[in-house]
Amino acid sequence: MATEILMPALSPTMEEGKLSKWLVKEGDTVSSGDIIAEIETDKATMEFEAVDEGIIAKIVVAEGTENVRVNAPIAILVEEGERVTVVPTVVNAPVGLASGLQLSGPTPVATKVMPAPALELVPTSVELDWPEGTELRHQTVREALRDAMSEEMRRDDSVFLMGEEVGEYQGAYKISQGMLDEFGSKRVIDTPITEHGFAGIAVGAAFGGLRPIVEFMTFNFAMQAMDQIVNSAAKTLYMSGGQMGAPMVFRGPNGAAARVAAQHSQDYAAWYAHVPGLKVVMPYAASDAKGLMKSAIRDPNPVIFLENEILYGRSFDVPVMEDFTVPIGKARVWREGSDVTILSFGIGMQFAIEAAEFLSADGIDAEVVDLRSLRPIDYDTVLASVCKTNRCVTVEEGFPVGSIGNHLSAVIMERAFDYLDAPVINCTGKDVPMPYATNLEKLALVTTDEVVAAVKSVTYR
Amino acid sequence: MAARKSSSKPNVSAEELLKYYKEMLLIRRFEEKAGQLYGMGLIGGFCHLYIGQEAVVVGLEATAKQGDKRITSYRDHGHMLAAGMDPGGVMAELTGRMGGYSKGKGGSMHMFSKDKHFYGGHGIVGAQVPLGAGLAFADRYQENARVTFTYFGDGAANQGQVYETFNMAALWQLPVIFVIENNQYAMGTAQNRSTSTPDLYTRGEAFGIRGETVDGMDVLAVKDAGDKAVKHCRSGKGPYILEIKTYRYRGHSMSDPAKYRTREEVQKMREERDPIEQVRSILLTKNYAIEDDLKAIDKEVKSVVNAAAEFSKESPEPNVEELWTDVCI
Repeated sequence: MATEILMPALSPTMEEGKLSKWLVKEGDTVSSGDIIAEIETDKATMEFEAVDEGIIAKIVVAEGTENVRVNAPIAILVEEGERVTVVPTVVNAPVGLASGLQLSGPTPVATKVMPAPALELVPTSVELDWPEGTELRHQTVREALRDAMSEEMRRDDSVFLMGEEVGEYQGAYKISQGMLDEFGSKRVIDTPITEHGFAGIAVGAAFGGLRPIVEFMTFNFAMQAMDQIVNSAAKTLYMSGGQMGAPMVFRGPNGAAARVAAQHSQDYAAWYAHVPGLKVVMPYAASDAKGLMKSAIRDPNPVIFLENEILYGRSFDVPVMEDFTVPIGKARVWREGSDVTILSFGIGMQFAIEAAEFLSADGIDAEVVDLRSLRPIDYDTVLASVCKTNRCVTVEEGFPVGSIGNHLSAVIMERAFDYLDAPVINCTGKDVPMPYATNLEKLALVTTDEVVAAVKSVTYR
Repeated sequence: MAARKSSSKPNVSAEELLKYYKEMLLIRRFEEKAGQLYGMGLIGGFCHLYIGQEAVVVGLEATAKQGDKRITSYRDHGHMLAAGMDPGGVMAELTGRMGGYSKGKGGSMHMFSKDKHFYGGHGIVGAQVPLGAGLAFADRYQENARVTFTYFGDGAANQGQVYETFNMAALWQLPVIFVIENNQYAMGTAQNRSTSTPDLYTRGEAFGIRGETVDGMDVLAVKDAGDKAVKHCRSGKGPYILEIKTYRYRGHSMSDPAKYRTREEVQKMREERDPIEQVRSILLTKNYAIEDDLKAIDKEVKSVVNAAAEFSKESPEPNVEELWTDVCI
């Protein structure tokens, strides 16, 4: 019986990939375990093995095809003696499939209530971090981070990158791809799996005059290193009366990815923002990822740089400039509006922006502010916006108790109470460990629906 | 990876011996004075005295060169004095005054001196071990010939991060000397109640780190072992472990009633093994000094300590603005 070989999912967040190369052709006999194709995800190029034996009767997706969706049939395997008489229907394959087959069948299951707006939004008529007329280049967050680190390493010999798989593996999430080749193993250092230890060594190296960038494969693992981050890196400047501190960056993906459950899906923004002596940034757009990373590396203090796996592959406009930086501690008004202020940061911005687009169709004009920095927080921009709109909703992925939203609400209450026409509502992740099941995970995360509902509540609609 | 006991004593000049005597005595008298000031309420919080362990830092500092680094735990007053830091500045930090090394913001456990390459003073047991390896990492990165003395106790030797550090220090051949000051009690827990294998100098064997045990009540034995360790590290051969067997006469901190050991045990150590008395005895029997010479040193040390104590009382409390400075640059 003919079986379909399907486009495999090769990482938790992979939705589609490129079929870079076929290593078999139609008519070839394959056995289980034979490598039949090379597939490129946004993280890496992986070899794909046959799981059955048989003959490749038809190659459905030609090599070089991009954006092939996970689970789309890419080839047909038959048993010996069998002939393919009917070309099976290709379900869920991308438009422009190289095979030219007729597409039919259901579209991917969509449970989202809101129509998905374009994700690559450009701020509307708000101040930019670059001069008007600067040439822009479309770049992923991943590329922006790599460029930022590489530019700073070219600029300053004392900057180095250390972490698990940053070198020969080219980065667990491909952020440091190519850096080992350029800078060598002295400055791109693979560590053993020993977060507490290498974080401590990096802090010591910073005391000793270097500027380390520590990559945590994810911030979940940085919990092992929490003592060195908080007690050693953050407090030494104060404890030494200003004599010495730790000029360094701790960076890596933070928050939920997809289907990796409780121990790998936590947003630590509020934890780090709690600690005096640290600076904390959490960019959304690629330009901020780049500009803030360069500022973080140059900053004389320890900076926690919270990235997001889901955002790594997203593209945004990044200015083409010799030395583009974004100051730490400055929020960005992403979208101007007059009816309500939506405050967010990191991946939360996705929901804030989607909600704002949806609300505008409903006649509600939302101002969206990307905090970008969580320590220090740009209170001036927050308060100016709230004093203008008189209503506020905060959006973040983290747990609700002791959240960034809680803190912002308190500050707004203390400093702008008379300007408020409604209580501030915090949209957060739910107060549960992240579940694994698809439906429960979706429920645990903050959603665009919830942001829309919160805005309607504070605007009494 | 032969681990062995170092017992040979180097030939030592009268001048060197007198120097060790004076340095050890300074630490002893300083700590006694700190104990007094604590009793008077001038020093607060935790205060961990180094009395009995003086030979460790004095012996090792005698092996250091300009630019070498040192880092230790919260029992740090002796290390700072041995590194040449100003006794007045140290004492004023203990009293929480502006004239202290950290402007009164660090206290007994958290003091630093960039000038003297003293990197703290760390309050979390074992945390200074990876930090010390990191200092050595910086030296190796900068390709200088410095070494880092990373001190920790027998209690810290059971922390996991110590072994994470041993692994990386050996893997990357870091010029770090791990100095385990084994004073036999991790706070109130005797070593045989906390440690499955008592020979701490063998703890690096699994990582290929050479180690040896040293009589820490004998400053000359410490100096001798330190010379070997420094030579090993400075020549690029990677880390080295010295387990220095020592003894603290006082409690873990000022608030320690010391019910976990007998008064006789402490008394016996003081009478038979005291590091300062040992040097004093050599000085006198070898006719390197007469009683009057030693009395003159005692007097000089006492006046230094008294001046430090006076300074620490007279130095003003930090300005209230200091609350908000040095959080970030």
